[in-house]
Amino acid sequence: MTQVLDPPASGAAPEPPPPLVGGPRPPGYLADRTFRIVAVLAGVMVLVILALIIWVLFDNSLEWFREEGIGSVFSLDWAPNEGKYGAGALVIMTLMVAVIALLLAVPVSVGIALFINEIAPRRARLPIVFVVDLLAAIPSVVFGLWVLRQLASPLADIYADVHNLVKDVPILGDVFGDPSASGLAIMTAGIVVGIMIMPIVTAITREVFATTPASQKEATLAMGATRWEMIRGAIFPHSRSGVVAAVIIGFGRAVGETIAVALVIGSSQVLTENVFAPGDTLASIIANQFGEASGVQRSALIGFGLVLLAMTIVLGIIARSILRRANRRLGIA
Amino acid sequence: MTATVVPPAPPTPRSPSGSILRPRKATGWRRFKSGLASVLFVLAFVAAAIPLIALVYYVTREGLKVFSWEFLTTELPFSQRSVDGGIGPAVVGTIVITVGATLMAVPLGVLGGIYLNEYAGKSKFGALVRFLSEILTGVPSIVMGLFIYTFWVLRVKEQTGFAGSLALACLMLPVVIRTSEEMLKLVPHELREGSLALGSRKSRTIRTVVLPHAAPGIVSGSLLAVARAAGETAPLLFTIGATQTANWNLFEGTNTALSVQIFGNANSPYIPAQERAFGAAFTLILIVFVATALARIVTVVYTRRVSGKS
Repeated sequence: MTQVLDPPASGAAPEPPPPLVGGPRPPGYLADRTFRIVAVLAGVMVLVILALIIWVLFDNSLEWFREEGIGSVFSLDWAPNEGKYGAGALVIMTLMVAVIALLLAVPVSVGIALFINEIAPRRARLPIVFVVDLLAAIPSVVFGLWVLRQLASPLADIYADVHNLVKDVPILGDVFGDPSASGLAIMTAGIVVGIMIMPIVTAITREVFATTPASQKEATLAMGATRWEMIRGAIFPHSRSGVVAAVIIGFGRAVGETIAVALVIGSSQVLTENVFAPGDTLASIIANQFGEASGVQRSALIGFGLVLLAMTIVLGIIARSILRRANRRLGIA
Repeated sequence: MTATVVPPAPPTPRSPSGSILRPRKATGWRRFKSGLASVLFVLAFVAAAIPLIALVYYVTREGLKVFSWEFLTTELPFSQRSVDGGIGPAVVGTIVITVGATLMAVPLGVLGGIYLNEYAGKSKFGALVRFLSEILTGVPSIVMGLFIYTFWVLRVKEQTGFAGSLALACLMLPVVIRTSEEMLKLVPHELREGSLALGSRKSRTIRTVVLPHAAPGIVSGSLLAVARAAGETAPLLFTIGATQTANWNLFEGTNTALSVQIFGNANSPYIPAQERAFGAAFTLILIVFVATALARIVTVVYTRRVSGKS
């Protein structure tokens, strides 16, 4: 408290007390007002930008909606030279990539989060977090380049092996179908995206796990539980909804991942259930085709951007409301 | 703070007598399961570290083949097949575009953070801004590129570095707002009250007392945002165009960037182009890692200073 009472009194010349009502405005009044207004405007910018994005994308994709009808959003055919501009196939393949990414990233992320929070010695935490941070810092395009040049061909061999293993099994044989020779496939994209969303999912699950009250953890341990039983009995039930939110946020990121996917997915707009075959996602097709597109195709690609935006916004809202509800419950408990 | 409260792991009573009042020691299967789980968690971390190490190793190995001062400063070759030439224009482009974005996003973002923490409080509008800013964080970068292209490039009818800066700034803004708010939240209330009690107005309090206190954290967070922005490709793809010669002018003429060069050359069938892609990727990783490490160092030094004080 005493520290606070003697701050450097450099510029603190006694200012005249503000008059109660009326009179000339005291010095500093204008500066104060201006600063406040500038700060508010900065906050408003966020609102303006988001509104502009939605309006501009909507406005520019109108041609697509008008020419093709709203049903084109669900049509499975994308063939610009035949005048077909359906988004359906791309939406489905986008979801396929995102699901593969989540299946790979979530277990690993939960593991890392528990490793950092519960197992790693205190000293080792910072370096470990730093490693995960670095993974998050690597640009998307570098991931794409690396997978394209080093990982794709060994992956193709693995795909071939897996396919040979399961080709006679009814459904698996189709899902893990004939692999593309280059290794550029939906699966490859899913793997890259999985690596890329791991840091964010880890960060959120870590935060969620860390909110488990120490008393609960200690109570389970005191009852003789092993560390795993403590994690299962105290941490997991406490953080279930938070992990769900983390998964949804990871899903949103996975859906929007562009450049790495554009490099490794193989650019084929034909819908396939075969994860070892090339595909394309909403984001990657924009990256690959927007530059040369014109007319309805361009409008359709902007429409894809809008669909993408809508997906991420909805996912974001869901994740946030889950987190908020979890927090509120905590506040009450 | 909890560290001081939590007692050093309570020693499990190890009495051979096995009184019913003492917890049963985990044995056999249960202990094995717990150990197995721990091993799996460690493996999860290893699974994350392997791609990082493999990627950095491969990109460094390939990148060092062409990496040199000359590579960083020579103009781009006109043909992908050409063995000569470097990535000079891309380095220049990445620098001016990222600096441009930083100059827009950081001041605005810090002001936004100030609004949220110092003025908005728990107001409805503040909550809305906070919420939208989180939504904006999740907007895919390619959508930002599309947005700036249709909103700005089509209007001014020219692809410029500035358009790229705009797109990057939109991506950075919510991140900077968020960091600033978090950092301002950590400034003790007594400092504000002390300043106000001495007669400083709110704006002056914020400028001379609150901001300096939060500055290291804001700098660190902004550095992270800059590092991410420097590596972005999708927002630049349609907004900056292409150029073969270095363009220091942000507002006129097309530009290029490291990330865009990598994207363009990655699929090239020509070995020299691929090598340039790796050289550019190595450069980009170097920039991003240095910025990330700097941010970490600022944070560590700052937290040490603060905790040393109190």
